[in-house]
Amino acid sequence: MKTLRSFLSRAVVPGLSVVTALLIGAIVIVLTDLENLSKIGTDPVGAIFGAIGGVGRGYGAMLSGAFGDPGRIVAAFQSGSPADIATAIRPLSETLVAATPLIFVGLAIAVSFRTGMFNVGGDGQFLLGALGATGAAVALQPSGLPSILVLVVSVIVGTMFGAAWGFIPGFLKARTGAHEVITTIMLNYVGAQVVFYALVSTFVQQPGSGQPISRPFTWVDVPPIVDLPAIRLDWGFIVALIMAGVVSLLLFRTTKGFELRAAGFNMTAARYAGMSAGGSMMLAMAISGGLAGMGGSFVVIGTIGQLSLDISGGIGFNAIALALLAALRPSGVVLAALLFGALTTGGKLMGIQSGIPFDLLFLIMALVIMFVAAPGLIRSIWRIPVRKPPPEVATMSQGSAGTV
Amino acid sequence: MRLELREISKRFPGVLANDKISIAADRGQVLGLLGENGAGKTTLVNILSGLYKPDSGQIFIDGEERVFGDPAAAIHAGVGMVHQHFMLVPVFDVVEAVALGAETVSGPLNRFDRTAARKRIVELSEQYRLNVNPDAKIESLPVGVRQRVEILKALYRKSDILVLDEPSAVLTPHETEELFGIIRSLKATGTTVIFITHKLNEVLEVADQIVVLRRGRVAGTADPKTTTRQELANMMVGRDVELIVPKGPAKPAAVVLKLSNLFVRDDRLEMAVRGIDLEIRAGEIVAIAGVQGNGQTELVEAIVGLRTIDSGEITIGGNHVEKSTPRQVSDLGVAHIPEDRGRDGLIAYMSVAENYILDTYHRPPYSKRGVLNRTAVNEKAAKGVKDFDIRTPSIHTMASSLSGGNQQKVVVAREFSVPVQLVIAAQPTRGLDVGSIEYIHRRIVEQRDAGAAIVIISTELDEVLAVGDRIAVMFAGQIAGILADDDATYENIGLLMGGAAAGEGQAA
Repeated sequence: MKTLRSFLSRAVVPGLSVVTALLIGAIVIVLTDLENLSKIGTDPVGAIFGAIGGVGRGYGAMLSGAFGDPGRIVAAFQSGSPADIATAIRPLSETLVAATPLIFVGLAIAVSFRTGMFNVGGDGQFLLGALGATGAAVALQPSGLPSILVLVVSVIVGTMFGAAWGFIPGFLKARTGAHEVITTIMLNYVGAQVVFYALVSTFVQQPGSGQPISRPFTWVDVPPIVDLPAIRLDWGFIVALIMAGVVSLLLFRTTKGFELRAAGFNMTAARYAGMSAGGSMMLAMAISGGLAGMGGSFVVIGTIGQLSLDISGGIGFNAIALALLAALRPSGVVLAALLFGALTTGGKLMGIQSGIPFDLLFLIMALVIMFVAAPGLIRSIWRIPVRKPPPEVATMSQGSAGTV
Repeated sequence: MRLELREISKRFPGVLANDKISIAADRGQVLGLLGENGAGKTTLVNILSGLYKPDSGQIFIDGEERVFGDPAAAIHAGVGMVHQHFMLVPVFDVVEAVALGAETVSGPLNRFDRTAARKRIVELSEQYRLNVNPDAKIESLPVGVRQRVEILKALYRKSDILVLDEPSAVLTPHETEELFGIIRSLKATGTTVIFITHKLNEVLEVADQIVVLRRGRVAGTADPKTTTRQELANMMVGRDVELIVPKGPAKPAAVVLKLSNLFVRDDRLEMAVRGIDLEIRAGEIVAIAGVQGNGQTELVEAIVGLRTIDSGEITIGGNHVEKSTPRQVSDLGVAHIPEDRGRDGLIAYMSVAENYILDTYHRPPYSKRGVLNRTAVNEKAAKGVKDFDIRTPSIHTMASSLSGGNQQKVVVAREFSVPVQLVIAAQPTRGLDVGSIEYIHRRIVEQRDAGAAIVIISTELDEVLAVGDRIAVMFAGQIAGILADDDATYENIGLLMGGAAAGEGQAA
């Protein structure tokens, strides 16, 4: 009961941020609904109802696009036909597919922020992880090993690539004081060029294509959770959930995590207490990069099945917003990733069915993040009494300060 | 001008910070406002300076009621503030800093009339014997002079009522004496001074009347001519306090900490500790007195392994620790109470329990194969909270929401939670109120009697005299002298702390 209440009190601002963003989104839908706007002079009542109807249809389409149509899901399960079930649950499964890499990278960012490092390099670490997994998978193709073994090795190699890419800025900061915001951003570009270089090598490139894309992984795949046609949801999602648990345990239940958090909150006090602040930085960044790299590995082998430069799609930056929305809690990251996943998949159907542009979703996501970053605004809109500032705020403000 | 506050009340969520406080000071009078941290002094001052609006109550100046909507209104009414933390632009010179916001302007472009401003500042400086060079850059000035610039600022704005908030917190004893001289000359010209402090000696020396605040109320008033330190302390705390913790004579045993010809550089690579030889024995308290910035910080950091030494030797219990890490030193049984507890001793946004294990988390019973044993952490922290009387709603409360005294108790409780042979306590009671000081001194003496060697670094003469068995005075990176027993007087220590008169600039 107490934990539920504390969860609710923590979820108030993020929750209301989402609601407020959706309300503003609705206003934008109405204001851009030219058909009904033009009627406002002649038929005001019709125009108002028309506009409200438009919002309802748009958000309705978004909901069913993200979670499926409940009636249809029930009917499909009653009929028992695999094809029907697959069609009915596909929207929900696509939401989870979209959420999977967001969970990995969101966790990566949460770990770094919790430990005082402002990792803006999630993109590069994700890409490098994907490259590592690709390299391992391609190298193992002639061995004829079972798919599952190739997968495991590829994910491990990919994770290590991401970890290495994260370790570099950690090392630079610990040894030279180089600010991680600069180094991680720059390593995003370097990483993209490294991946590009690999993609045009004969080793990785799809033979005969001439494009910077890898061979499609026909000999290795991430096993699906449910074996139904056209359902892409695979064990990567489950691993993402497990990693959320692992990160939570690491940060809050181990001595290493205690050290990482202490150094992140207050580096000098950590040094005074006999901890190695530099070591904490390097380890934290390696863990963070490793999580992002693991996400890249699962996406490239499972979801997409082929490495190309656009697989990251700016995920490192979306994940920063997501981690903040999650108040840097692993469980929050999972919820926020599901929300973002639902908005992206639902937005697609909204675009198709109601004619409201998909881009509205970017507006809504951006508003959510803005509101979460300005809790005072949400509190004043909804008249919520102020509590003490959460410790996360402090992590943020200290995160970019200080060196060894 | 006569200032009167009548029944001022101010409530913050959960606290009644000021509860019907009435004070009055006549023209040319110094009112000493004495109280512990959290007694409501700062709230009252902020009301007087227009930063807060009182929930009820009235402010009268020369019998006329005034309502201050903002600080500008208070300044206009003649109330000048000198805050504890100075509000000066470092790159400005004194004239610019003083005139900022109250510039005399001339010409069509409203050009700052520096000549006129400078002239007035020189006049004021001479009139009140402030002795401030009007053309010096703020950043080049010692703290004591910066404070005089703040006073100049208030006088420049024609303040007849001057409020000084904990003015001596940043000053050396000598600078404090100078400040008192300035206060007396202000008084002589008819300025009313409200002097806020928690230091008993100061109100006794400079105030014409004393008002003691406790928990938002006026606990009593006293006449400095007839009252005593003890009486004031009891009034402040609300019970009988021991200003000097009783302790038996030291029984020095084996040498625990030995420093031989120690040289240490500071962050700018200048030699901060210049050849110190010192032996500290089990069962004695050696207080290291000195004005801030004479190498004490570097000395402490070198001993506990936070700073590489330049040359010389440090041994603790016979072990050489010149190249040891802070953890290795701590594992030898060294407790370190850092001088800046907020920055170095605590992690503000971690809980009391987490702070309690900050330097022992890696040892049993807290850690078992890399996993934190939360039950053990919570049990030990709860015991620490109880033993050290730490006032906190729970062990899971953030350290940041505790008062300064309770934060320091968390640090002390943690450092004394394991057996120690050496205690390095830097400014262990800085900023704390009488009650907390008494408590922390008592705990330190307990450790001495249990056989630990204790080093206390302090800039407060009262503290040094109260707890030190021997007193070593540091000046310019060296031990200027070691005093004990009858030689350890206020005057002797003060002389050594100031070094030679010519060396004063160096010290600041």
